[in-house]
Amino acid sequence: MLEDQHNVKAWFYLAPALVLLGIFIFYPIINAVFLTFVQDYNYLLGTHEGFTLLDNFKEAMQDQNFSQAFLNTLFITFVSVPISVIVALLISAWLNGIKKLQGMFQTIFFLPYVTNAIAVGMAFAFLFNRDFGLINLFLGFFGVNPINWVNTGASWTQAMFALVIYITWLGLAFKVMVFLSGLQGIDKQYYEAARVDSASRSRIFRRITVPLLSPMIMYITVTSFIGAFKAYTQVIGMFGQRLGPPGNDKSLITVVALVYEGIDNAASPGALSEAAATSIILFGVTLVFTLINFQVSKTRVHY
Amino acid sequence: MADNNNVENNQVEETPVGQEEVAQVAERYYEDEKKIKRKKALRMAGLYALITFFALFIIIPFYWMIITGLKTTAQVETSPPLLWINPAEWQFSNFSAALERAPFIRYTLNTVTVAVVATTGTVFTTILSAFAFARLNFKGRDALFMVFVATMMIPGEIFVITNFITVANFGWLSEQTWLDALMAQTAPFMTSVFYIFFLRQAFKTVPDELYYAAKVDGKSDWQFLWRIMVPVGMPTIITITILNAMNTWNAYIWPNLISMKQEFKLVSNGLRDAFSTSAGRPIYNEQMAAAMIVTIPLIIVFLLLKKYIMRGVSRSGIKG
Repeated sequence: MLEDQHNVKAWFYLAPALVLLGIFIFYPIINAVFLTFVQDYNYLLGTHEGFTLLDNFKEAMQDQNFSQAFLNTLFITFVSVPISVIVALLISAWLNGIKKLQGMFQTIFFLPYVTNAIAVGMAFAFLFNRDFGLINLFLGFFGVNPINWVNTGASWTQAMFALVIYITWLGLAFKVMVFLSGLQGIDKQYYEAARVDSASRSRIFRRITVPLLSPMIMYITVTSFIGAFKAYTQVIGMFGQRLGPPGNDKSLITVVALVYEGIDNAASPGALSEAAATSIILFGVTLVFTLINFQVSKTRVHY
Repeated sequence: MADNNNVENNQVEETPVGQEEVAQVAERYYEDEKKIKRKKALRMAGLYALITFFALFIIIPFYWMIITGLKTTAQVETSPPLLWINPAEWQFSNFSAALERAPFIRYTLNTVTVAVVATTGTVFTTILSAFAFARLNFKGRDALFMVFVATMMIPGEIFVITNFITVANFGWLSEQTWLDALMAQTAPFMTSVFYIFFLRQAFKTVPDELYYAAKVDGKSDWQFLWRIMVPVGMPTIITITILNAMNTWNAYIWPNLISMKQEFKLVSNGLRDAFSTSAGRPIYNEQMAAAMIVTIPLIIVFLLLKKYIMRGVSRSGIKG
């Protein structure tokens, strides 16, 4: 369809983006690999002391917070992603079933997407406040004694519960929007045919809605996994730089937090290599789960 | 439901029956219809109840932020907490107190400057690249596009480590001036593979005939891009602009890493830092007032421009 060759011209149009991507994306990918395999890298001088295959990975894994960070990241991912995907699917199906006020509800469900994760994180921390928060007031109606979610001395379980609720809340908006637009694109004929066959509502949902929406569910699951593995700003929002409730510092540290700790210590030799090794481990884990997701989708997703 | 009724209706008409039977069947049919209507109304009520429940789950954190930001310290530190404060008692001085804790005006100006510069750059580089990928035929186009798309799979943390070294080597960190800080904040975010991908889709909808017609009229590619393609792709370009500006407003990690002086930080950093000091009791009402200062402008922008934002997100799925 485009018979003319525009070799020179095309590169001229691409040049600004290519230069920027080259400096800030392509080169960093290569350099991250380089950093992972050098010893005692000094970023101010650009010098290093020879090469190593595994030392930086060892350093990264021997970090006193590594296993905690990894555990937290996996926990956040495997709890918040399934819950938010299922809840978002239900909400969007319900929203698709109503006409009146649909626009208003759509706007409400979209709100978390346009909010500042730090500001709302602080609001969530106060919602979960032991003495002055709404959550304990609400639980009190059911006779539950005030629980220490986020205040001084709160345990990992309690603080993590509050954090996962917040992360789920934050992630709902995007998923609801994508699912809703997918639902609105489903041909009404399928539903009419099902109704003629007097199929039950839950059967219609399981046998028509979910399969027809499966490419979108797949897409959302993959992107949510990738996003959840990167959890960090949300922890800062709720708990600040101490990454945990007072008295239980760093109990909610995540893998990405370790990477940024490394950058904060950039001046000490080898710190950036350790951060690079951590980020490559993170990438590896993300990649494995993405591939698993794709594998599952081969049998389950109907395009 | 209407189709269901039609089916039954047809059956009634087709069966050869006497007058009485017809009346009976009709009566039964109306009874059924009433039942179905009642059932439907009940189902709709249940549906609205469920949606409202989850909508409350979304709204309550905002409500709690706002009402706490308007309380006096005594009202905040009441247990059980007060759910509502009489508007006459709202303490607006929390806002001025919050503004005194940190130079939020300064942070807002910084953030707006960074957003304008980064977004202008992003939109410009995105338009040019999307045009090249959508319209121009050149060697290695598809391969290059695949490389672009592949980078979207890689977590940003991998880039950040080297980008930190790069901006340091460019001299933007040591003895940081305002301009240095601005460069370090914006340069890595002057283009986006995702937006290029997104705009390319929009540009591809422009029919080839328009392009050939423009060629016949003696228009150059450059003129065609700005006179035809950009106006056609404007809704997408507006979406990109808004989302990119919003991302800057919410950015926390990168600006925190590379602002070497307190006065170069952005709103999110200012908000978190101002209330992170472990000394003394946290002052919740001022904290929530500050959170409102950061949150409300964004919500206003969203409500004004929600058409563009929601369409962009639901069509493509962008998460910054």
